[in-house]
Amino acid sequence: MSSADTYFKNIGKGFWTVLLGMKVTMRHLFTPAVTIQYPDARMPIPERGRNRLYVNMDDCIGCNQCGMACPVGCITIETAKSLPTEDLGVTSTGQKKRLWVTQFDIDFAKCCYCGLCVPPCPTECIYMTDVFEFSEYDRDKLNYSFITLTPEEAAQKTEQAKAAEKEAAAKKAAAAAAAAAQKAAQPQNVTPSQNVTQPPAQSIPPAAPRPAPAVAPAPQPAVKPEIAGAEAGQAPSVTAEPQGGQKVSSPESVYPPKPQEQATRAPQELKPNDNPKGSAD
Amino acid sequence: MHNFITYYIGAGFWGSLVSSIIPLVFILPFALVAIWLELKISAHMQDRVGPMRTGKWHGWAQPLADVTKLIQKEDIIPAAADKALYILAPALVFVGAYAAYAAIPFSPAYIGSNINLGIFYIVAVSALVVIGILMAGWSSNNKWSLLGAMRTAAQLVSYEIPSSLAILAVVMVAGSLNLNDICAAQSGWFWNWFVFGKFPFLFITFIIYFIASLAETNRSPFDIPEAESELVAGYHTEYSGMRFAFFYLAEYANMFVVAAVAAVLFFGGWNSPFGTFLSGPVWGVFWLIGKGMVLVFIQIWLRWTLPRFRVDQLMYLSWKILTPFALVNIFAVGLWVVLRG
Amino acid sequence: MAELRTEEMVLNMGPQHPSTHGVLRVELVVDGEVVVDAIPHIGYLHRCFEKHAEVMSYQQIVPYCDRMDYLGSMNNDHAYVLGVEKLLNIQVPQRVEYIRVIMAEFQRIASHLVSIGTYGLDIGAFTPFLFCFRDREMILDLFEMTCGARLLYNYMWPGGLSHDLPPGFVEKARAFIKHFRPAIKELNELLSYNEIFVKRTANVGVLPADIAINYGASGPTLRGSGVKWDLRKCEPYSVYDKFDWDIVVGTGEMGTLGDCWDRYMVKVWEIEQSLRIIEQALDTLPEGDVQAAIPKRVRPPVGEVYVRSESPRGELAYYIVSDGSQKPYRVKGRAPSFSNLSLLPEISRGYLIADMIAIIGSVDITLGDVDR
Ligand code: SF4
Ligand code: SF4
Repeated sequence: MSSADTYFKNIGKGFWTVLLGMKVTMRHLFTPAVTIQYPDARMPIPERGRNRLYVNMDDCIGCNQCGMACPVGCITIETAKSLPTEDLGVTSTGQKKRLWVTQFDIDFAKCCYCGLCVPPCPTECIYMTDVFEFSEYDRDKLNYSFITLTPEEAAQKTEQAKAAEKEAAAKKAAAAAAAAAQKAAQPQNVTPSQNVTQPPAQSIPPAAPRPAPAVAPAPQPAVKPEIAGAEAGQAPSVTAEPQGGQKVSSPESVYPPKPQEQATRAPQELKPNDNPKGSAD
Repeated sequence: MHNFITYYIGAGFWGSLVSSIIPLVFILPFALVAIWLELKISAHMQDRVGPMRTGKWHGWAQPLADVTKLIQKEDIIPAAADKALYILAPALVFVGAYAAYAAIPFSPAYIGSNINLGIFYIVAVSALVVIGILMAGWSSNNKWSLLGAMRTAAQLVSYEIPSSLAILAVVMVAGSLNLNDICAAQSGWFWNWFVFGKFPFLFITFIIYFIASLAETNRSPFDIPEAESELVAGYHTEYSGMRFAFFYLAEYANMFVVAAVAAVLFFGGWNSPFGTFLSGPVWGVFWLIGKGMVLVFIQIWLRWTLPRFRVDQLMYLSWKILTPFALVNIFAVGLWVVLRG
Repeated sequence: MAELRTEEMVLNMGPQHPSTHGVLRVELVVDGEVVVDAIPHIGYLHRCFEKHAEVMSYQQIVPYCDRMDYLGSMNNDHAYVLGVEKLLNIQVPQRVEYIRVIMAEFQRIASHLVSIGTYGLDIGAFTPFLFCFRDREMILDLFEMTCGARLLYNYMWPGGLSHDLPPGFVEKARAFIKHFRPAIKELNELLSYNEIFVKRTANVGVLPADIAINYGASGPTLRGSGVKWDLRKCEPYSVYDKFDWDIVVGTGEMGTLGDCWDRYMVKVWEIEQSLRIIEQALDTLPEGDVQAAIPKRVRPPVGEVYVRSESPRGELAYYIVSDGSQKPYRVKGRAPSFSNLSLLPEISRGYLIADMIAIIGSVDITLGDVDR
């Protein structure tokens, strides 16, 4: 008898729970959806959102702290010593820049967005932005280059640093041999360095902002009280990078350029260059 | 005159052709609408919104886009498949669903074939689907497909019995196997519908029929033949493109067949629920399709509410619950008919 | 009548099967639909965590820990940083521990929600899955506002946290809890007590307590068999001993003790316990600087440490050997999913293929955790 009892009880329970479930789904049929229509609406990205990195090269001193912190090794930094005669300016945190950063690549195909590279930076110039839509068909295009030097410039800087090093080594050797010889050697490397900084400025006229700090670096740090937005003036020369493999962040998508800083930094060149280069990539 | 087409065109070749094409013309848009409804209803039940972009207004064109995509897809036949059966199977499944439309009385003035054994015919041709599914599962030469096909065969055969018994109870009350006659027997206001007749026996009959029909159309919670989380996709695992679309279409066509049959048997078919209000041949189509759609909605609703049965539980439900209840029911209804008319 | 000749069939389930929760491959020997044997094959998601860890600094390993059990990132980090801190022999501020517990419990809820939702999916109910994910999204929102990421957080660092709680976090967390309690009730109505669901899961994949213990099972899989074992209580780490909550165990009320329904239900009940812990932690959250104890250089003295913790899936432990350098000599992870998965052949013999799905789902493995 009890089995017959459970038989009917089971049927009853089956029906009852089905009805309960149906009630729940029916209720939800009329509750508003919680999803959003993605490309039309976006979820707000919190302030701390970890998405694409940005490096403000104005402030980067090329210390490679970030590269060493990175667990996947997706930051590649090459630097070249500047010559004593070159003044690279100081960062917004007041640190003196001593190195030409000839390569600063972040491979976002490898990056795991862990954010470990951000805190070690002494000048707080590498940070997360809110850009998360940057998919590419070609994996190489995810390797972003942030340097503000053109490839020619970078090559020259490297060579120049090498030459300087050699000379320094030679100097050392010479100093060991004879202290008098080095005195004559020194004035010679001043002239090439100045030659080196000039040609790119002429060969790539749109990248005007770049030579500006090289020529007159002094006023630049003074007007920059903070990091964010400061790269606005520099960005066009970043975008000038023509190489296929290296895509460059378009400044307008990362940060709205701050008008007042733009104004201080050769605004007339900036306006026309901004867009065509961003879209050229 | 039960078929206005043969009335106008004549019962010759053209008349038959046109009246046989009409269901097809109905199935395609119906399937698209049902797919869309399924997408939207399921989405809203789950606090989503479902497709919103295709065709601008609430993604109405999404099924259209899906079908277009399926048609364009490459037709892949597995190398180890039994080609002839593999190609034939979807067609057979679709034919099984499609042929049933011949006997559905859409309105007093339109029925593909007003045969005396209407309901019997529908039950019979629906059984063709089993063969198609078995063929699909076997010819795919895939173990998952085979398992799915075997499950289907067992399931459909088992559920024919309670559903047939349920139909029989109605037939006893109506005294006819002709669907038009069954509809006619329920004319008048909605309390004349069989679902409220011989209370509560015919209501229980309806429940039995509805559950069994869910199983026959492989709808959740009886979708074990294609149980995507167990058998990947069951008997149509290997199918893609147009052939898959056929299975898909057949499922929705079948959904409406069982819903329409339930509407005819229990909800007065093409009768208006309010006596003579809005009744007539044209409104008849509206009422039948409307009632069918309500039942289709319940099918969709159940699908997005319930988990899936297991094979043995399915058999248990059929043989140990539905069939005994149907038998008792048929006895009670028969007694009622004999004693009280 | 002549004996019918029957044959067993080998069925390959996975690694691309919809219900193996990732890239698990199970070789099934079936007789009709009855499972005669099930042999799990793993390794499809092996990412050399332990080898990677040998060439990383202690800090850099944290993102890798995140990726072990990607549904329980916070819990992974928690166990790992506890180990490193033990090696370094540093005390972290109370606030840090409280926040870690809050995060770990939120993570536990999120992980259980995935488990419950996908379990419904395995059984064929689609809707609960999306309800669970809806609520999980809210937890991920909380995580994102705290540390910036939604899945792999890198939030707990040796010695502290990457960020303090953002303003508004406590209120938002409370609002979530308020919303979430009725949602669990609804989930129970829709799924847990649904007769079809109960019938599918009760008396299926019964795991007796002694077998569970012999196989080293832990977490809800063990508790489903009625064993009251939860490291948060039995061997309290962090600040778990400061909160009032209960270990939930399977009751066998729907079938046999240790069946799939019990394992499933333990997770549902544990969510409630986690909510209790979170509420208490939010109420008593101490003040402090979360980064005060972060060492400049993580360079532990020579030594070794074994820490264990209760992750959503069970006992997660790290064995860390330091040779005194900035990189660990060895990091070994003891993954709960791995031990739990080894139970699979034991509890699935004799059931149907459909039950197989239910069993795999109820054991709740993450392949990232199994393979590491
Ligand atoms: S976010 Fe992490 S992975 Fe990406 S560059 Fe920074 S440290 Fe490397
Ligand atoms: S840590 Fe900062 S300053 Fe140093 S290299 Fe990286 S970005 Fe430049």
